[in-house]
Amino acid sequence: MNANVWLPVMVLASSFIPGMIIFMLPERAVVLRTTLNLGGAVLKIILLVLMMIGVSHGVTYEFRVPFVPGLDFVLHADALSLMFVNLSAVLWLATTVYAIGYLEDSPNRSRFFGYFSLCVTATVGLAMAGNLLTFLVFYEALTLTTYPLVVHRGTEAARRAGRTYLIYTLGGGVLLLTGTIWLYSLTGTLEFVDRGFVAGLGLDPNVLRMIFAVLIMGVGVKAALVPLHAWLPQAMVAPAPVSALLHAVAVVKAGAFGVVRIVYDVFGIEFAASLGVTLPLAVLAAVTIIYGSTRALFQDDLKRRLAFSTVSQVSYITLGVAIAGPIATIGGLVHLVHQGFMKITLFFCAGNLAETLGVHKVSEMAGAGRRMPWTMTAFTLAAFGMIGVPPMAGFISKWYLGLGGLEVGQDWVVLVLAGSSLLNAAYFLPILRTAWFDPPPEEWPHERDFGRKETAWALLLPPIATALAALAWGLFASMPGTPLDWVHLIAARKYAP
Amino acid sequence: MLPEYLAGAAWMPWAIVLPLWGALLSFLFPRRAAPIGLGVAFLTATAALAVLLQVALGGPRRYQVGGWGAPLGIDLVADGLSALMLAMTAVIGVAISIYARVYLVAAPDKVRRFWPLWMFLWAALNALFQAGDVFNLYVTLELLGLSAVALVALAGSGPALSGAMRYLLVSLFGSLAYLLGVALLYHAYGTVDLALLGERAQGGIQLAVPLGAMIAGLLLKTGLFPFHVWLPPAHGSARAPVSALLSALVVKASFYLLLRLWFTFTPAGQGLPILLGALGTAAIFWGSIQALRQRRLKLLVAYSTVAQLGYLFIAFPLAGMEPALAWGGSIYLALSHAFAKGAMFLAAGSIMTESGHDEIGELDLVVERMPLTLAAFALAGISLAGLPPSGGFVGKWMLLQAAMEQGLWGWALVLIGGGALTAAYVFRVLGFAFTTSPHRHESHSVPGTMEWTALLLALGAVLLGFVAPWALPLLDGVLP
Amino acid sequence: MSSALLFACAGLGLFVIGTWGLVLRAHLVRKVLAINIMASGVSLMLVGTGAMGAGEVDPVPQAMVITGIVVTISATALALALLLRLAHATGRPTLPEDRERDLMDEEGR
Repeated sequence: MNANVWLPVMVLASSFIPGMIIFMLPERAVVLRTTLNLGGAVLKIILLVLMMIGVSHGVTYEFRVPFVPGLDFVLHADALSLMFVNLSAVLWLATTVYAIGYLEDSPNRSRFFGYFSLCVTATVGLAMAGNLLTFLVFYEALTLTTYPLVVHRGTEAARRAGRTYLIYTLGGGVLLLTGTIWLYSLTGTLEFVDRGFVAGLGLDPNVLRMIFAVLIMGVGVKAALVPLHAWLPQAMVAPAPVSALLHAVAVVKAGAFGVVRIVYDVFGIEFAASLGVTLPLAVLAAVTIIYGSTRALFQDDLKRRLAFSTVSQVSYITLGVAIAGPIATIGGLVHLVHQGFMKITLFFCAGNLAETLGVHKVSEMAGAGRRMPWTMTAFTLAAFGMIGVPPMAGFISKWYLGLGGLEVGQDWVVLVLAGSSLLNAAYFLPILRTAWFDPPPEEWPHERDFGRKETAWALLLPPIATALAALAWGLFASMPGTPLDWVHLIAARKYAP
Repeated sequence: MLPEYLAGAAWMPWAIVLPLWGALLSFLFPRRAAPIGLGVAFLTATAALAVLLQVALGGPRRYQVGGWGAPLGIDLVADGLSALMLAMTAVIGVAISIYARVYLVAAPDKVRRFWPLWMFLWAALNALFQAGDVFNLYVTLELLGLSAVALVALAGSGPALSGAMRYLLVSLFGSLAYLLGVALLYHAYGTVDLALLGERAQGGIQLAVPLGAMIAGLLLKTGLFPFHVWLPPAHGSARAPVSALLSALVVKASFYLLLRLWFTFTPAGQGLPILLGALGTAAIFWGSIQALRQRRLKLLVAYSTVAQLGYLFIAFPLAGMEPALAWGGSIYLALSHAFAKGAMFLAAGSIMTESGHDEIGELDLVVERMPLTLAAFALAGISLAGLPPSGGFVGKWMLLQAAMEQGLWGWALVLIGGGALTAAYVFRVLGFAFTTSPHRHESHSVPGTMEWTALLLALGAVLLGFVAPWALPLLDGVLP
Repeated sequence: MSSALLFACAGLGLFVIGTWGLVLRAHLVRKVLAINIMASGVSLMLVGTGAMGAGEVDPVPQAMVITGIVVTISATALALALLLRLAHATGRPTLPEDRERDLMDEEGR
C-alpha cells in the first residue's frame, strides 16, 4: 500500500536528487557526477519496470497531497503516463551517456547536468500528473528548467534564441493556465479520467469549444503546431544533447502528450468528436505535417533541417489523436515512442558530425559515410524510419495512422501521409546520397583525431543503440513488450467498450 | 498537546519587548551591535513563531498590557492574520539580520547605526501586527515610518538622502491623514478599539469620511499607483538589507492595516473596491513597464515592488461573492512577495558587491561566478511571476479562481497579463546573466553567507507554494 | 455654532493649510513646518471634539494628543537632521524634483 503511494515520488526523486547534488559538485568531480547521473537513470528505469508490472496487473500508483483550495497535487501512474515516462527515462539514459562524451572538457558541466536532470524530472512529473493543475505545474517547470540549457553556450545568439523560446513557451503556459482555471470554474474538478470528465455535465458547448481551443493552443506551442512552431528551429543553438533529448523528446513530446491528455482524459475522445473540435485539430496537424516537411527541404543547416522535420513528425501524434478512431489512436500514440527513438538518433548523429568533423551543414556532408560509417549507418536507419520504409518503426506508425483514417472515413489522411512521406524522402535521401556516394573533401572543416575509432565510444554507442531499438520496434512490432503492444492496452481504455 | 510554557506563556508582548531591548543594547554598546542584534533577532523570531503556534492551536488571543485593559490600557490582539504576518517578519527578519551582519562588515560606522534602527523597526512591526485599536496602530505606524526613513538615509549618498526625505514627508502626510480619521472616528463612536468600532459603526457619512481619510493615508504609505513616486528612489537607493526589509516588510504593514480596517468596517458599495482594483491594475502595468525599462538592477526590483503591490489590490473588487478566495489569495501573495522580494534585493546586493555595479546589460555571465545568488534571483522571480510551483502561483491562482467563478473576465486578464510582464522583466535579467557582455569587469569575492541567505529566502517563496492547505485555515475567522 | 464644531472646523482648516504648504512649497523647512501645522490641526480636532455626548472632560483624547505631540516632535527632529545632511550633501535645501520651483518660493516671501 505504502509503496504504491511513494513509488511515483521516488521516480521523480531519482532524477531530482542527483540533479541537486550535481549542482553542488565542483567541475572536476567527473567520476562522481557521472556515477550520480547514470545511477539515477538506471534506478529510474528499475522503478519504472516495477510500476509497469504493477499497472499491467491492475495496481494503481497514486500520490496525493492538498495543494490549492479544493485541488490536490496528484502523481498518478497509468498505462499512458508510464509509456511517456519510460520513453523519457530510457532516452535520458542514452543521452546522458552521449552528453558525457560530447561535453568532455567543456566548461559548466555541473550546471548542464544539473539542469538536465531537472528537465527530466519535470518531464516525468508531467507524464505522471494526475490532474490538469499538476500537469500545468510541470509544464511550466519544464519551460523554466530548459531555458538555462538553451542559453547554455552564453553567446548573444543563445540569449536571443532563449528569449524567443521563452516568449513562445511562457505564452503557451499563460494560455494553458487560462484554460485550466476557466474549466475548473465550470466543472469544479480537474482530475484526469479515462474518457474525460467534461462529458455529461451539461455545459454550454460553445464555451467548451473555446476552452478546448485555448488549452490546445497552450500545449500546441510546445508541440510546435503551426503557427506556434517558430521557437523550435531557433532553439537549435543549444548543444547537441539538448537538441536531442529536449527538442526531440521532452519538450515537444510534452506538448503532444498534453494534446493526448486533453483530448482523451479531459474531454474524452467521443465527446470531443461530438463537439466537432477534433476535425479542425486534425486539419491543423495535417497542415503542420506538410508545412514542416516543406520547410525542411530548404534548410542547409543539418540541425535546422532536423528541427523542421520534428515540427512535422510530432504532429503525426496530434493527427492520430484527432482522427478519433481506435486504430488511429494506436498509430498516434505509438508514434510518440517511435519518433522519439528515431529523431534522437538523428540528432546524436548530427552532433557526432559536428563534434568529430566540424560538419554543420548538409552541403558539407559529402563522403561523411566513408569517414564515419557507423554514425552514418545509424543515421540512415533512422532516416528510413522517418520516411516510413518497412520494417522500421516509422512504418508501423504510418500504417496504423492510414488505416485509422480509412476506418473512420477520413480518406484524406492517407493523402497527407503519402505526401509527407514523399517530402521526407525528398529531404533525407539527398543527405544519404551525398554522405555515402560523394567523395570526401581534402580536409574536414574541423576534424578531431580519435585514433582508429571514428569517434569517441560515448558518442557512438547511443545512436547505434537507439537506431537498433527503432529497427526492433518495427521488426518485432507484434511481440509482447513492444511499444505497440503497450499502446494497445492504452487504447482499449480510452474508448467506451 | 503543547507544554504549558508554550501554550500559556505571554509570548505576544515578548515579540515587541525583545527587539526594543535589542535596539537599546545595540545602541549602548555600538562595538557589540552586530552580535547583540543577531542574537536578539533569533529570540524575537522565536517569540513570534511561538505566537503563531499559539494562535494556530488555540485560536485568537488577547493580552492586556500591564493588566489595565481598554479603554485606558493597551490591548494586544493576535488572530490568524496577525500571526501569519508575525511569522513572515520573523523568518525574513532573521535572514536579513544574518545577511546584514556579513554585508556591513566593510562599513563599521554603518553597523553602529543599522542595528538599533532595524531592531526598532522590527519592534514597531510586531506591535503593529498585534495592535487592537486604531490609535495604537497610528503610533506603531509612525514608529515604523521613522525608523524606515532613518534606515534609508543610512546609505549617506545624495540620492539616498533625498529619497529618505521624500519618504519621510510622504510617510508623515499619510499618517496624519490616518490620524485625522482616528479623531473623527473617536468623535463619532467614542472608542478606538477595533472590535468595538466594528460593532458600533453602521455606515453613513460618519463612517465614510474618517474611513476615506484613513484609506487615503494608507494608500500613500503603501505606495499604490499613483502614490508610488516616492517608492522606487527610496527602495532603490538604500543599502541592500534595508531595501529588502522595506520592500518585503514595511509596505506590507500599511497594507495589513488597510485590510484590518476593511475587515472591521466592510464598507458597502461597489465604487471604492473597483477604484482600488483599477489603481492596482494601473500599478501592475505601470510598474512592470517601468521595471522593463530600467537599466539598473536595484531600480528594476524596486519598480517590481510597485507592480506587485498592485496585485494585492485586485482582491478588493473580487471579494464580493468570493471573499475567502479573494482575500486569501491577496494575503498569500503578500506573504510570498515578502519572501521573494527580500531574496531579490539581497541577491541584487550580492551582485553589486561582486561586480561593483548593477547595470543589467553588463551582468556578464554572473551565473558562473555566483550561481547561488542567481538561483535565488530566478526562484524569487518565478514566485513573483506566479509561475508554479511557488507561493506566488497559489496566490494568483486563488485570485484568478475568484475572478472566474464570478465571470469577472477583466480582472482575470489583468492578473494573467501582469504575470506575463513580470516574467518578461525577470527573464530579461536572467538572459543577460547567462551570457557574456562585450566589456570586462573586475570581480570581488562575496561571502557565502550572503549568497545562501538570499537563496534560502527564495526557496521559502517557492516552498510557500506547498503549505497553503495549512496556512490558509488560519485566516478562517479573520476574513469577513 | 457649537464649540465642538468650531474646533473641528479650525482643526480641519489647519490641516488643509498644512497640506497646501507641504505640496506646493519647495523649501524643505517650509515643508517640515507645514507638517507641524497639520499635526496641530489634528490635535485640535482630537481635543476639541472629544467623544460625542460626553459631559465631563474625556481623558482619552488628551492622552492621544500627548502621544501625538511626542511623535510629531520626534518626526520633526528627524526631519531637521535629515534636512541638514541633505543640504550638506547636495548644497540645496530642496528635493531634486522641486529645484526649478525655487523661484516661486522667492516670490511667495
